[in-house]
Amino acid sequence: MAIATFQILRGDASNTRVESYSIEVSEGMVVLDAVHAIQATQANDLAVRWNCKAGKCGSCSAEINGMPKLMCMTRLSDLPLDKPVLLQPMKAFPLIKDLVTDVSWNFAVKKKIKKFKPRKPDNPDGTWRMAQEDIDRVQEFRKCIECFLCQDVCHVLREHQLHDQFIGPRYLVYTAALEMHPLDVEDRLEDLKKEDGIGYCNITKCCTKVCPEDITITDNAIIPLKERVVDRFYDPLKKLFRIFRFKK
Amino acid sequence: MAEINLSGTKYRFGNTYRKDAWWAYPLFVFLALSLFVVYVTWAAWQGKNYWYGPYLSPLYSPELFGPSPHRWIGPQPTWWPSMIRFSPALFVLWAPGLFRLTCYYYRGAYYKAFWADPPSCTVSEPRKKYWGENSFPLIIQNIHRYFLYVALFFILFLSYDVWKALWFTDTSGNKSFGIGIGTLVLAVNVVLLSGYTFGCHSLRHLVGGFIDRLSGSPVRRRAYICVSCLNRRHMLWAWMSLFWVMFSDVYIRLCAIGVWSDWRIL
Repeated sequence: MAIATFQILRGDASNTRVESYSIEVSEGMVVLDAVHAIQATQANDLAVRWNCKAGKCGSCSAEINGMPKLMCMTRLSDLPLDKPVLLQPMKAFPLIKDLVTDVSWNFAVKKKIKKFKPRKPDNPDGTWRMAQEDIDRVQEFRKCIECFLCQDVCHVLREHQLHDQFIGPRYLVYTAALEMHPLDVEDRLEDLKKEDGIGYCNITKCCTKVCPEDITITDNAIIPLKERVVDRFYDPLKKLFRIFRFKK
Repeated sequence: MAEINLSGTKYRFGNTYRKDAWWAYPLFVFLALSLFVVYVTWAAWQGKNYWYGPYLSPLYSPELFGPSPHRWIGPQPTWWPSMIRFSPALFVLWAPGLFRLTCYYYRGAYYKAFWADPPSCTVSEPRKKYWGENSFPLIIQNIHRYFLYVALFFILFLSYDVWKALWFTDTSGNKSFGIGIGTLVLAVNVVLLSGYTFGCHSLRHLVGGFIDRLSGSPVRRRAYICVSCLNRRHMLWAWMSLFWVMFSDVYIRLCAIGVWSDWRIL
């Protein structure tokens, strides 16, 4: 069995330090296994949030060697174990303890997005009919596990800390899922421009890169929403068209 | 919206805990785009050696005014200011230039490579202030679709150039059908530029992305699927077409100067 060293950021918001732990690692282990081994043998008070160990609950998000990743989906064999592996909590959110951050800001943001508002039922029995080809586009967005890695990597939140002006990639995906839904009739474009700060996204595609569910966040959610905002607020021809259509 | 307190966090330009070669891609983008801009600026101001027989450099197409037989309207206009060196490329290059400048892919790439905004994912930036594309000047990026409209015409012009590149004039002035390496170079240029232009995010929106129910419009749906298909490789099309435009100009320029001669296949 090989020995690997893990440097883990320990402490709370008022005081942090990096501590090193060396453990035996074996084939097939993921980073979360290593953290559990450290927790069991060397640091019983190490705080880590986890649940499914299968990349589906989005709980064990952290920064592994500087990149936001799910600890349960990062194999040790994919890391250079000849050097210490650095584990840190997500930096876009306030630290609670060790690898655990307070992600409640995300839930507060979600509550402010206009809810799903379906059109009137298609049938007298109160049901609707949807074509699969119409729902295909938004099904991709439903894969999101809310791990918030995209929020963490986004430089608008992480570096510029514009949490009060920008909802972040996760909630742009959420808005896209509602806005592009074939049954939905709610209008979120004004909110997208003003409250949600979609203009802050400068298309770095970092969110797409770190998404463990391989959602094409930038190309399929954010840019289409940006284009819809352009339709409404920046395209002079569309504005003229709307004025004349309104006059009729 | 809820605020969040991260007051303990300190960032310094270039600071990162990444252990991979994060700088390699932005460096590549920086070098490749710089090379392209320098070359195209140089080539655009030359004003000569941009055509060879039936071939016209894509950097000069369509040639509205100019000395070559490919011109559409006439020679250098009399109203052209004498203190500015004349080149036919100056009438046309702004359009594809602005199309690429406002392209969603290139925006993300050059914000990283030229403006370090950010230099790479999870790498700290040199500036604390950030406005994104919310205010001037970057808010102008929102008119990308207008440059797309112009770029679509350029696909037609460049396709016409390929058609013209199939007809060679012999010494007695007779035109005959033929294919040279230059014809193929210009044809590949049109294919790559079409792949890039027809995969544009704005076009994807305009052909169908703006509506939520495509099932009722089969033509629109088919168009949306086609554009989406090209859009998935937008970055690849962007780089290949960029390189090939430059190469096409180099090929025709070197033929015109006499460094190499065009080989007739047919």
